[in-house]
Amino acid sequence: MIRYAKPTTLDEALALLGEGAWRVLAGGTDFYPAQGAKPFRDNVLDINGLVCLRGIAETESHWVLGARTTWTDLVRHPLPAAFDALKQAAREVGSLQIQNVASIAGNLCNASPAADGVPGLLVLDAEVELRSAATTRYLALQDFILGNRRTALLPGEMVTAVRVPKHAAAGTSAFVKLGARRYLVISIAMVAARLVIDKGIVTEAAVSVGSCSAVASRLSGVEAVLRGKPALSTLADAVLSAPMAELSPIADVRGTAEYRLDAARELVARAVLGACGLTNDNRMVAA
Amino acid sequence: MSQSEMIEALPDLLPSFGLERADIAFAVNGAAVSVNVPPLRRLSQVLRDELQLTGTKVGCDAGDCGACTVLVDGDAVCACLMPAASAAGTSVTTVEGLANGLLSALQASFLAHGAAQCGICTPALLVAATALLETKPNPTEVEVQDALGGILCRCTGYRKIVAAVMDASLQAAGLDFRMPQSGHAIGSSPVRLDGVPKVTGGEKFGGDSFPADALAVLVVRSPHYHASFAFGDLDGWAKKHPGIAGVFTAADIPGKNCFGVIGPFADQPALAEGFARLRGEAVALVAGERETMLDLDLQDFPVRWTELPHFLLPGDAQADGAALIHANRPDNLLTKGFVERGDPEAALAGAAFTATGAIDTSYVEHAYIEPEAGHAYMDGDTLVVVACTQAPYMDRDDTAKVLGLAVDKVRIVPTATGGGFGSKLDVSLQPLIGLVALKTGRPAALAYTRNESMMSTTKRHPSEMKATIGADAVGRVTGMVFTGDFNTGAYASWGPTVANRVPVHASGPYATPNYRAEGRAIHTHGPISGAFRGFGVPQATIMQETLYDELAGKLGMDRLDFRLKNCLRNGSETVTGQRLESGVGIFECLDSLRPHWARATADADTFNSSNTSKKRGVGVASCWYGCGNTSLPNPSTIRVGIAPAGEVILHQGAVDIGQGSNTVITQICADALGLPLERFRLKSADTAISPDAGKTSASRQTFVTGKAAEKAGRALREKILRFANVSEKASLQLDGPAIVIREGEATRRIDLAALDMDSDGFVFRAEETYDPPTLPLDAKGQGKPYAVYGYGAQIAELEVDLKLGTVKLLKITAAHDVGKAINPLLVEGQIEGGIAQGIGMALMEEYIPGRTENLHDYLIPTIGDVPPIEHILIEVPDPEGPFGAKGLGEHVLIPTAPAILNAIRHATGVLITKVPATPTRIRAAIRDKEARA
Repeated sequence: MIRYAKPTTLDEALALLGEGAWRVLAGGTDFYPAQGAKPFRDNVLDINGLVCLRGIAETESHWVLGARTTWTDLVRHPLPAAFDALKQAAREVGSLQIQNVASIAGNLCNASPAADGVPGLLVLDAEVELRSAATTRYLALQDFILGNRRTALLPGEMVTAVRVPKHAAAGTSAFVKLGARRYLVISIAMVAARLVIDKGIVTEAAVSVGSCSAVASRLSGVEAVLRGKPALSTLADAVLSAPMAELSPIADVRGTAEYRLDAARELVARAVLGACGLTNDNRMVAA
Repeated sequence: MSQSEMIEALPDLLPSFGLERADIAFAVNGAAVSVNVPPLRRLSQVLRDELQLTGTKVGCDAGDCGACTVLVDGDAVCACLMPAASAAGTSVTTVEGLANGLLSALQASFLAHGAAQCGICTPALLVAATALLETKPNPTEVEVQDALGGILCRCTGYRKIVAAVMDASLQAAGLDFRMPQSGHAIGSSPVRLDGVPKVTGGEKFGGDSFPADALAVLVVRSPHYHASFAFGDLDGWAKKHPGIAGVFTAADIPGKNCFGVIGPFADQPALAEGFARLRGEAVALVAGERETMLDLDLQDFPVRWTELPHFLLPGDAQADGAALIHANRPDNLLTKGFVERGDPEAALAGAAFTATGAIDTSYVEHAYIEPEAGHAYMDGDTLVVVACTQAPYMDRDDTAKVLGLAVDKVRIVPTATGGGFGSKLDVSLQPLIGLVALKTGRPAALAYTRNESMMSTTKRHPSEMKATIGADAVGRVTGMVFTGDFNTGAYASWGPTVANRVPVHASGPYATPNYRAEGRAIHTHGPISGAFRGFGVPQATIMQETLYDELAGKLGMDRLDFRLKNCLRNGSETVTGQRLESGVGIFECLDSLRPHWARATADADTFNSSNTSKKRGVGVASCWYGCGNTSLPNPSTIRVGIAPAGEVILHQGAVDIGQGSNTVITQICADALGLPLERFRLKSADTAISPDAGKTSASRQTFVTGKAAEKAGRALREKILRFANVSEKASLQLDGPAIVIREGEATRRIDLAALDMDSDGFVFRAEETYDPPTLPLDAKGQGKPYAVYGYGAQIAELEVDLKLGTVKLLKITAAHDVGKAINPLLVEGQIEGGIAQGIGMALMEEYIPGRTENLHDYLIPTIGDVPPIEHILIEVPDPEGPFGAKGLGEHVLIPTAPAILNAIRHATGVLITKVPATPTRIRAAIRDKEARA
């Protein structure tokens, strides 16, 4: 017999995790598709009994998103405008049915290059709270997702929260997703941009791109180019000539590598303008 | 690994790995329930298998289709992604909980709008829309789309769903179920006769009525495109897994292990023998108790594969020295079709302008939301197969052949079919579950997973086409040559039909005096290409209609005018030399588009004059399509009678896969008989009770079965009139268990109970067969392949984002000549659904073997991808069709993709020559053009 456990306290869950290998079940929206029609052969730790892991809290220093917080929870929760990109992304995670149960931490742990939630969290300088029975540690999101389907999660650990430092919850943001149809689509490329604009000048810029590298990535070259520039439509021109060395897209059924690079640059320009409030029709670009 | 090693690798008795069961309590539709299941069991399975709430459908088990949507504490979720454990303590709402005795306003609105066709996605849509309406009783279109974006529908094109939800608040007064009066059934749009169960969850599809004691069946399939295989110790393996009732292979097949929809080309084994010709081919069956099978891992199934070289492209299949997939088919050529008329070379040489091009198209998956499902059992010495299908009698004959049974010892009971579009014409699981039932004596049930449905069943043929069309200086088409290679995959299926239909239709509905067309069906180790709405004509029409735009450009003619100038008219001869005396409605279709064309092109010009990064375009394309089999017998038989209770019993054998034949055939019969629709009771297409009305295919049911229904209705009327000794002018009325016959002042009343009843329960009966009059095609493809053609033309308006290569559709205007719209609402439903599939084919659908075997990598249009559709119904009566009606099921898909490609070219100046026109391809073409500029 395989083991199944549905603990109701975090301590209990962490103690179980320390006992051996478990597959963690949260929203189930990646768990079941991965399972397909195969019978279960792994021990499963069902964390849906951990009420403490769901919800959004504000501390002195952080916004704390509980690991089990769903995308719908996030959309419904009042948050600063810096979270707008993440909220827009939340509305594009699968479908409403998926958003109603899928967890934020699950999207990170699944570590798909096309995870809709990652670019929006990257521009918020998000960090992942990892707990085991023995310790708690924090990793920057870009250090947590190591590659396609690979994370820095250690045996005995689980993600318990995603934290956004207050300093990064500043400014305005926008998200653009490019897919081959309007709904329920894995992106060809997607971009989140967050800008802090002071007296008409971009003082802070955070831009990230998903589906164009093994792990969604911040674009430091683009960010550097944007800082100090007037928040005008000319930002788009700056983007179009900025370095994007972080991107290394692959070709797959959704698009060629060349197309992805080409499109990503255009999407970055649109997301930046969107974050400036200069356009508003960029939430989803569907063929 | 040797056989003995495989056996030794197995432990003596495999332990049960399964999860311990738990009692889980929750509420369903307001009632408390408790189930004892493993906590990780999907909620969808719990609802269906434990609670018999089969209104919740399973389409993919991955959250990709949304068919299993239920409400949990008021929020929509995919039940297939929720563990039973998470349902504990919640309140679940399924479609069965929406009606509360009376239909909800939303359910009524769905019926009133014709928003349910096959009905497989309807429960999910209703449930999700109910949640929306709780908070937004009068939602906007975008709100409806956002709420329903996660539910795929393959039949309707979504527009009527959107309207039904937006108008639900207006529906509260209740649904008008009143039927049209006697003699006025045709031309009216009553609530579809089979509609109510589609909105209550009561409809039983292939997987919805499995007997509790049925053996579950798993299919072992080839993971390779081409491989030989050998089994290890099957008995030993089975014995180590308690609960397995049997393992079956080709060696167990008692009959001829070879089926196929076209007898002379039959070539497909039900279970492969020694080697597999395609990925996903069935090689063995494992049958066992349901719970055992849920926990069975086929990883250690004793089969050893030896992969063999394979090819997936026709070019490779025809290369020198390519291995033959079927030894009796040289060059891997299944067959070819050919039509030649006049002297095309001379015509093209003498043409003032010619246009030449090449178009490639991709595999297209039918993607009905209901994967193949059914069960089989023995009723005495008769094998009964209860399954979704488009062709019960063909299923019967092929199943009987494979299982070595006489055809009258096989009974096919069609369930509701959750979409077919051509693929459910071929048998799939029927011989497999039949074999298990026959061998074990126990009921056997199987529902394909989405993955095995996509891997193992047929597709639309990928094509590689080339053509040249020439016109004279005044814009009259003078000649055309066309060649098309169609990748027909590993087995014949409907490949011969595609090869033959394409050359007949590749001219489009245009007079083409000099013509040569060849269509070739070529075997590869790819998925089997078979029938898919249009049998190759949609592909060929892309080739022809894009060249027409190019020719119009060279001529400096308006693109619509060019088509109007060349379209077939009454008295025209087709490329097969068939003289069309009357009923040719393509001119009327194109002519009706004129004001729309003028408005659309003006709109596009206005937009383009002030936008640089986005450009709008307008495209037009036509279709014609012969209804029924190509030059082959194609009969339908309809039996209708009067029962003593005063009901008209119609044996309606034309399987309704959502398109509406249950309603349309009855409407035709009602008016032919002269009795009202409401007195009709339908008998299904069960082969034990209804005569063969042929397959639901080739846009033939309204025409062919409709004609049989008309004849049967008239014959029954004639019998009653003769019995009453009155003239043809008399009127009939059913008054309880009596027929009242009036002629002038005279009234005669026939007490039905006083008449002799025959063994079928009839006091009056008629049975009529209709077979369309066609003539064979000669060596040059000349003849009369079809008795009736239907016509249509569509305008696509769209906007291309030049930087991203994305296409936003703005509107489709569709004019279709249906001869006579028997049921206008159902006609609209066919048009919108066909357009949605055309949109998919044009812009996103590309099945890549091994890579898109699911509904998140294989994309079909969602509710946000189908723009407003304006339909224009043209009624140019056909002299042959019933009440003038023509078929339309396939016609409606054909113009959409070429109209879209032409609109993209209008917007951007680039023609996409490989469909689908994905953002990648459009952007690459734009870049190429910019580089050349």
